[in-house]
Amino acid sequence: MTAAMAPVVDDAAILAALADVTDPEIPAISIVDLGVVHRAEVHADGAIRVELLPTFVGCPAIDMIRSAVSDRLQSFGRPVEVRVSFEVPWTSDRISARGRERLRQSGFAPPAEVDAVRCPYCDSARVAMDSLFGPTLCRSLFYCRDCRQPFESFKVV
Amino acid sequence: MTTARSTVAPADPATERALDGLILSMADDEFVIGFSDSEWTGIAPILEEDVAMSSIAQDELGHARALYELLAVVRADGSTADSIAYDREPAEYRHAQLLDHGRGDWAMTIARRYLYDTADGARLGGLAASSFAPLRELVDKIRREERYHVMHLTTWLERLARHEGEPRERLVAALEELGPDAATVFTPIDGEASLVDAGILGEPMAALEARWRATITPIFVGLDLPMPPPGALDGGRSNHGEAFRWLWGEFTSVRRSDPEAVW
Repeated sequence: MTAAMAPVVDDAAILAALADVTDPEIPAISIVDLGVVHRAEVHADGAIRVELLPTFVGCPAIDMIRSAVSDRLQSFGRPVEVRVSFEVPWTSDRISARGRERLRQSGFAPPAEVDAVRCPYCDSARVAMDSLFGPTLCRSLFYCRDCRQPFESFKVV
Repeated sequence: MTTARSTVAPADPATERALDGLILSMADDEFVIGFSDSEWTGIAPILEEDVAMSSIAQDELGHARALYELLAVVRADGSTADSIAYDREPAEYRHAQLLDHGRGDWAMTIARRYLYDTADGARLGGLAASSFAPLRELVDKIRREERYHVMHLTTWLERLARHEGEPRERLVAALEELGPDAATVFTPIDGEASLVDAGILGEPMAALEARWRATITPIFVGLDLPMPPPGALDGGRSNHGEAFRWLWGEFTSVRRSDPEAVW
């Protein structure tokens, strides 16, 4: 941004900027589509305040996400405060429709109870859970008996 | 990190002390069992269990960290999650004696986790409507994760119990060793009545223990496993023995090597 073209700073602009930030464990979708952004507001004192909801309490990525949010918002030239909150729980229902579709396209089954998971590649329901626990806290391991692909499925929380 | 002091701290000092004891006991439980589980990382019986036990450990250590952070806010004395977690002598930890038996074999691990997770579930249920908002909010989040632990541990309990011979024998032996200490999760908190009066804790620990027994009885009866006997709970969160001293030496070793290190 140049000084002559000072960016508009309103809540919508903040949210649009945060659409560039991803969770390093789920790079397919933005933290906005993931539902991690609880509040993103410009306050009367000029400061930008963002509150993030961790997908899991022990999510090791949250500190990285907090830094990435802070870095991304520096271009607005305002004080930035990023906090982690449990005021409302992050739930898998917070993932947007667009986020779910992008997850599926990336080979991740969107959140579903273990008996309702479908293969993200061929949409088969003939899938088997290999392990309730996967490479990150938020995912389980499945195998599709039809197209014979292993895949990961987001847990319902 | 997460909570403003203004939302915190009951008005009277006795209730605040009791709240301190409640959060510390929960945090120490999650920390000690989480660290114990992490001992399986790399050496669990099969790869999937290596991943599962490591994930569960990560969950529990995350819960412990969040609870220690909340406690640091309540204390407002300059404590941090790390200083509370690491800068105490072994005798000052307030986890339940159920978690003091050493890692043991896989059956011991499954038995301990099953007993703890179900007991913890009853305790968390007693906090689901807590008048202390920061704890209620955290508990709401934690319960959604613990559900997966119980699902996984129930599968293992059934698998070992139904396989006659060594699996069942080892499980029964583990339950007989751990059973008498299982109820130590419900050791009364000093000043517990004030927490119940203030609506911070829904019911006394004794009532939560009864709920826990009602939950697990049909499962133990169905699998013909020995129910944890009722026991005297005096000192149920102190008098930690040699197994814990060893564990403490492990989990504090990095911190003690350089207490000022910044991560």
